[in-house]
Amino acid sequence: MTATEPTRQNEPMPGPGHSEAALQSREEMKSGRFRLKALVPTIYIIFLLFPVYWLISLSFKTNQEILSGLTYWPRNFTLHNYSVIFNDPTWYETYINSMTYVVMNMVISVAVALPAAYAFSRYRFLGDKHLFFWLLTNRMAPPAVFALPFFQLYSAFGLIDTHIAVALAHCLFNVPLAVWILEGFMSGVPKEIDETAYIDGYSFPRFFFRIFMPLIASGIGVAAFFCFMFSWVELLIARTLTVTDAKPIAAAMTRTSSATGLDYGVLTAAGVLTIIPGAIVIWFVRNHIAKGFALGRV
Amino acid sequence: MIDLSWMAWTWPTAIFFVAIFGLIALMGVWEYVSPGGHPRVGVLRFETTRGDRLFVSLLGSAFLCLGWLWATDLSLWYALVLCAVFFVLVFSLV
Amino acid sequence: MEKTWNNKAWFFVLPVLLLVAFSAVIPLMTVVNYSVQDTFGNNQFFWAGTEWFTEILTSSRFHDALMRNLLFSAIILAIEVPLGILVALAMPKKGIWVSVCLVLMALPLLIPWNVVGTIWQVFARTDIGLLGYAVASMGINYNYGQNPLDAWVTVIVMDVWHWTSLVVLLCYAGLVSIPDAYYQAAKIDGASRWAVFRYIQLPKMGRVLLIAVLLRFMDSFMIYTEPFVVTGGGPGSSTTFLSIDLVKMAVGQFDLGPAAAMSLVYFLIILLLSWVFYTAMTNVGADKAPKRDQL
Repeated sequence: MTATEPTRQNEPMPGPGHSEAALQSREEMKSGRFRLKALVPTIYIIFLLFPVYWLISLSFKTNQEILSGLTYWPRNFTLHNYSVIFNDPTWYETYINSMTYVVMNMVISVAVALPAAYAFSRYRFLGDKHLFFWLLTNRMAPPAVFALPFFQLYSAFGLIDTHIAVALAHCLFNVPLAVWILEGFMSGVPKEIDETAYIDGYSFPRFFFRIFMPLIASGIGVAAFFCFMFSWVELLIARTLTVTDAKPIAAAMTRTSSATGLDYGVLTAAGVLTIIPGAIVIWFVRNHIAKGFALGRV
Repeated sequence: MIDLSWMAWTWPTAIFFVAIFGLIALMGVWEYVSPGGHPRVGVLRFETTRGDRLFVSLLGSAFLCLGWLWATDLSLWYALVLCAVFFVLVFSLV
Repeated sequence: MEKTWNNKAWFFVLPVLLLVAFSAVIPLMTVVNYSVQDTFGNNQFFWAGTEWFTEILTSSRFHDALMRNLLFSAIILAIEVPLGILVALAMPKKGIWVSVCLVLMALPLLIPWNVVGTIWQVFARTDIGLLGYAVASMGINYNYGQNPLDAWVTVIVMDVWHWTSLVVLLCYAGLVSIPDAYYQAAKIDGASRWAVFRYIQLPKMGRVLLIAVLLRFMDSFMIYTEPFVVTGGGPGSSTTFLSIDLVKMAVGQFDLGPAAAMSLVYFLIILLLSWVFYTAMTNVGADKAPKRDQL
């Protein structure tokens, strides 16, 4: 870099307008290369979408068509597989079960994480760094390690097969996640805002709910979304802690597929239904996805 | 009182956890008396505080004991001596 | 941001502390208690000392699972990180296509893990799956239920499909945070495409790449659901990773003692790796801060 220093000093820095025009002309010049560049994400996205397409396509086929030979799209388009799920309580109740404990977990995680994230983002206190690290280790801990003691713990409290048991168990990784994400967002809010509010005579709760929370509303949304997501995709703990009354849809899928001799149509239809919640909300958090998956550290 | 028999407490493990929590509490008191955690850059070439050094010592000791169990049939008490040496080394060098 | 010293902040952290202590510390204590005892059910426990630890540490079953898991993580990282960087570099920077790319790429990340397994279980079957059919029609004898190599390839391709987007998203977030002035300076200097990547983009991506590697390594090290649904740990035990082995032992055979000892060894490895990555992460951040002041 040092060798080029004189050049930079002799030439005036190009203004923003200039650079934009230059970039544009450069892109036009290399438009051949530009198209080549677009090829990489396109191929990657096609690779991502093929298995999903196959799942959706199978869910609209009859079992007979699935097993009789490979067809690239549903020849006999049918909604039968979905009607099986929506007419059988043992199916759609598992869907409601999953939703119930996921929402419970989301509310608990965000509620306890909010004050903690505020403390981490604004203050230094005894053992704060170690506490922060300890929270991270819980996100990294394998659920398999906790499956067995969780079963014993919730048995002792008589909570097996309840929604709250799964919701509390999922707090193991979701509370740390929520704290880290919210801390990331809160650190972006200047501290002067807090101080100005106190000078203006706001009490702490009034400041927190009336001024601070609206400022980090998008952060709360993102944290809630990721708690929802990670609770929704987890199966091992949810399956260990439930029998029938709180059984998640994911566990119902594994059971039914073995009991009825692999009913592929219904299995794939259930799979499609589990993808829908994520696919709906994803558009709203698209600009914060990276931040959420990186524990707020981007 | 909640039934705790499922946790299967034993005296050795109870003493182990009391010792760990005692160490953490001691660290808290120490930090309260002289705040700052005495940060310095040691042989690992990044800044560590007292708490970091305790964590490194404990984690290292755990791996020393596991290594001892894997390598020899001798009593684990000898490994504890090794751990004590490790503690001293970490607190003086890292 | 300058933070003020205030020990009252502890009260804000207290709910999290209690909740996570309930769901993390109590189970861990229980695991420690189980690991030194033997049980025949009925809550009757007998002192076993360090017997289980010796058994686990010297058993080839544990060594094989550990080695398989490390190999799996290494392969995953070797494929996903370069691929993720490549896709992130080629992604559009402006316009509607950015959002479309982000949403489509994030889709696999939001699918429940056992559904990911189901998708690939079906997709890779030679009779009803597109992939399996295509591979078989090329004349390759492919059967992930019988052939260990095919099972490995299937599980790895599945993981690449599932998680590469995470690396892409993180790298992309790092790339868009590079100020335009850097590129302008490089253009004036007449820097080559490679020089721009090597001296501007890669250093700026360093921090996010570290997070990406941390998350991918940890998650592949505790992978359970996806390979379990596809292969069930088989054929034989060729895809039995640590978590699959542990669940088999703990929930399947209900061998509390050995399972608890294995959990602890597993957890200690995770703890060590987390600490190494966390220290690297905070120190990379600390190195960057003074540099920004110098600019």
